[in-house]
Amino acid sequence: MHFPTTSPPQLPVRVVITGAGIITPLGLGWKSNAEGFRAGRTAFRPVSLFDVSRQRVKTAAEVDLPGDLAPTRLDLRRLGRLDRAGKMLLWAAWEAGRLAGWESAEPLPLVLGTTGGGMSLGEAYFRQALQSPRRHRRQATRAVYYQPQVQARTVLDALGFSGPVTIISNACASGGNALGHAWELLRAGQAQRALAGGYDALCQTVFSGFDALQALSPTVCRPFDARRDGLALGEGAAVVAMETLEYALRRGAPILGELIGYATAIDPHHLTQPHPQGRTTQDVMKRACASAGVGPADVDYINAHGTGTVLNDGSEALAISEWAGRRAADLRVSSTKANIGHLLGGAGAVEAVICLMALREQWLPPERAFETPDPACRFPVVHEPRDARVNVAVSNSFGFGGVNATLVLRRWV
Amino acid sequence: MGVSRIFVAGLGAVSPAGWNVADLREALNQGEPLPVESVARPGRDQPLPARRVPNPALRPGFLLHPRLRRASPITHYAAAAALEAESGLRLANPETEHWPFGVVVCLQSGCVQYSCRFYEETLQNPATASPLVFPETVYAAPASHIAALLKNATLTCSLVGDPATFLHGVSLAARWLVEERVDACLVIGAEETHWITADALRHLDRPAILSAGAGALCLCREPESSLGVELAAITHAHTYSTQTSRTRAARAMRGELGASSPGEVLCEGLGASPRADAAERSAWRDWTGPRLSPKGILGEGLMAAAAWQCVAACDAVAARQFKAAKVSLVGSNQQAMGARFAGISYPSAPKR
Repeated sequence: MHFPTTSPPQLPVRVVITGAGIITPLGLGWKSNAEGFRAGRTAFRPVSLFDVSRQRVKTAAEVDLPGDLAPTRLDLRRLGRLDRAGKMLLWAAWEAGRLAGWESAEPLPLVLGTTGGGMSLGEAYFRQALQSPRRHRRQATRAVYYQPQVQARTVLDALGFSGPVTIISNACASGGNALGHAWELLRAGQAQRALAGGYDALCQTVFSGFDALQALSPTVCRPFDARRDGLALGEGAAVVAMETLEYALRRGAPILGELIGYATAIDPHHLTQPHPQGRTTQDVMKRACASAGVGPADVDYINAHGTGTVLNDGSEALAISEWAGRRAADLRVSSTKANIGHLLGGAGAVEAVICLMALREQWLPPERAFETPDPACRFPVVHEPRDARVNVAVSNSFGFGGVNATLVLRRWV
Repeated sequence: MGVSRIFVAGLGAVSPAGWNVADLREALNQGEPLPVESVARPGRDQPLPARRVPNPALRPGFLLHPRLRRASPITHYAAAAALEAESGLRLANPETEHWPFGVVVCLQSGCVQYSCRFYEETLQNPATASPLVFPETVYAAPASHIAALLKNATLTCSLVGDPATFLHGVSLAARWLVEERVDACLVIGAEETHWITADALRHLDRPAILSAGAGALCLCREPESSLGVELAAITHAHTYSTQTSRTRAARAMRGELGASSPGEVLCEGLGASPRADAAERSAWRDWTGPRLSPKGILGEGLMAAAAWQCVAACDAVAARQFKAAKVSLVGSNQQAMGARFAGISYPSAPKR
C-alpha cells in the first residue's frame, strides 16, 4: 500500500549514491564531464536545433547525442519514438544503472524532474496540426511520447526494471526535488533503492520564452559577476542510482558519495522573481543542512543555482552570505551554468552529479568568465581551476513558481 | 510523528457542471451526460467535441488577486477548487489560516492554452511573442499562484503523469501530514480545454469527449476538522510495462482494494470508450455494489476527472449515502492506482 505506509525505520537511514549517469554539452559520461568541469570549459555555440534567426540571442549549449545509444532492451522502433530529451534521459539512466551494477527485474522507484518532457514532440505535433491539418502521420505517437511519464516508462522497460514512476515538475527546481524526493522515500523506509534524476532538451518554445523575457545573456553567462546580463540555456540529463547504505554495503557496491540532507519550500513572492532578500533560499539551506547535521563551517563548496540573471544571483548571493555568516569569507561558490547553461529540469540533478565529482576527485569547478564580484557576494567565486579539500557540498536549485530545493552531499571515503 | 490517520476536511470542484461541488453533485445525481460543445480546429471545417467549464455566475473574488490577472484558465479552475476545499477546513476550524499548508497540483496536459498561444506567437514572430504569457506555460504555475493566494503555504509540488497520478499526489500529501511538515494539504487535479488536446485525444481515444476543470481535496490530521471522511488506503502504483499490461495492472490494483462490503460504492473511471475502458471494466466486472461514473457525465477531464472521482467519492461518504467508497484510477499510459475513503463513526466524527 502507498498509504498507510509502514512505520519509518527507528534509526536514521543513510542514503548513498552508487551510480551516476550524466550527459551534458561537455560530453557523455562521468570522465568527459569531470574533465570539462574541472577545467572550466564552456560549451556554447550557435543553436542548430531550431530556427533562431529572428531571436535576440542565438547561442546555447547543445548536447552532441551519439548516433548509437547504449545497448538496451528497446527495439529500434521504440527507440526511434523518443525525442532528444528521452534519449538523453535513457543514456543517463543506463549509465547510472551500469555503474551501480544493479540487476534488472527488481522493483525500482523512478523519480524524475523535468519541465518539458518531450516538448519537441509536442511542438512537432502542433506544427503539423496547423500546417497540414489533414495529415495524421506520426501524430498519435507524438501525442503519447511527448508525455514525460511515457518517457520514464520507456527507460524502465529499456533497462528491464519496473516500479512506480514519479514525475516532478517544479520548473527549474525539478531535478533537485526529484533527488530529494527519492532520498525521502528511502529514508522513510518505502524503498531500499531508487533511480532519480532530471532531464530537459532545448526546444524552441522555451528558448523563445526566455528570450522574450530578455533573460538570455546577449554576451557571456557570468553568474555572480557584477556585469552579468542574463542566463544561457543548455540541455542534458543526469540520473543517480541511490540506495540505503545498508543495501549498498550488503551487496558490496562501489559508493560515489552520500546524500545527507535535503529541504524544499515555496517562495510565493512572484511567479518568476525570487524574494530580493532570498528569505526562502536561506530557510531552505538552513533546513537542508540541519537535516544533514552540518552547518556553514562544515560546507566546503556550494554549487549555486546561479543563473546569471540580475535578480536570481543578487537574491541568492544575499541568502548564501547571510546563511554562511563569517564562514562566507572562505566558502567557495560557483555556478556550473557558466559552463553548460541552464538545464532547467535537468539542472538540479546534473549539478548534484558535478558536486559528486568534486567530492570524489577533490577539485572545484570554476567559472572562467567571472571577473568582477557582485557586491552582494561576501564569498569567493571559484573562477580558476583548483584542487581542493571537499568533504561536504551543497547544491541549490530554484524554479519559476518559487520552489526552492537544496541538496547536501558528503564525500565517501 | 506518530499520527498516521489522515482525514478529508474539504472538497472543491470546477467542472462542466459548474464552479463548485454542489453543481458537480447535482450533475451526477441527474445522471445525464452534460451537453457537448464544439471546439474550432484551425484548418478544418469539422470542429472537435468538448465539454467546457461554463462561465461562473459571479466572477470569483480571488480573480482580483494581482497574481491571477494574467493566469490561464487552468489556474483559475485549480484555484477555485482549492479555495472551496480549503474553506471546508476553515469552516470547521477558523484557526487554520495560521496553519502551514501544503499544495500538490497534479496535471497531465497542463497549461496547454498558453503553451500553444506562446508557441504560435513564436512561429509567427519571436520578437513579438508575449513575455507575459510564457511564465504561465510552466506546469508549476498553478501551484505557485495557489500558494500566493493562500499566503500560508510552505510546501508545494507539481506532479505530472497520467490520471492515476492524482493518488500519488494524495499519497505525497498524506506523507507531509504524517511527518508533520504541514498541518493541512490541498491536492488538486486540473486541466483546461484546447483544440490541440481534443485533437490528440481523437487520435488516442476517439469516442472520448474532452472536458476541463479541477477537483480538490483538503486533507488534515484531525478528525474533528474533517467532513467525517478518512483516507483509509491508497494502493501501490501498478506501473504498466512490457511485463505488465494495463489489464494486469488494473486487476492488481483491484486485488489490493479487496472485495465490496455492504454500504460501499465504487467510483470508477469508465467513460465512453469500449477500448480505453476495457482494462478497468474487466478488473471490476464482479463488483456487485453501487457505482458512480463521473466521467460518463462530465467527460474525459484527464487529471481533473481523476480528482472529480475522488471528490464525488468523498462527497457521497460525507453525506452518509455510503459507508465507504473505493476509487479506481486506471490511467491512460502510466499506472493503475486505487484508493478507499471511509466514513468515520462517532465519537471521532466531526461536530459540524
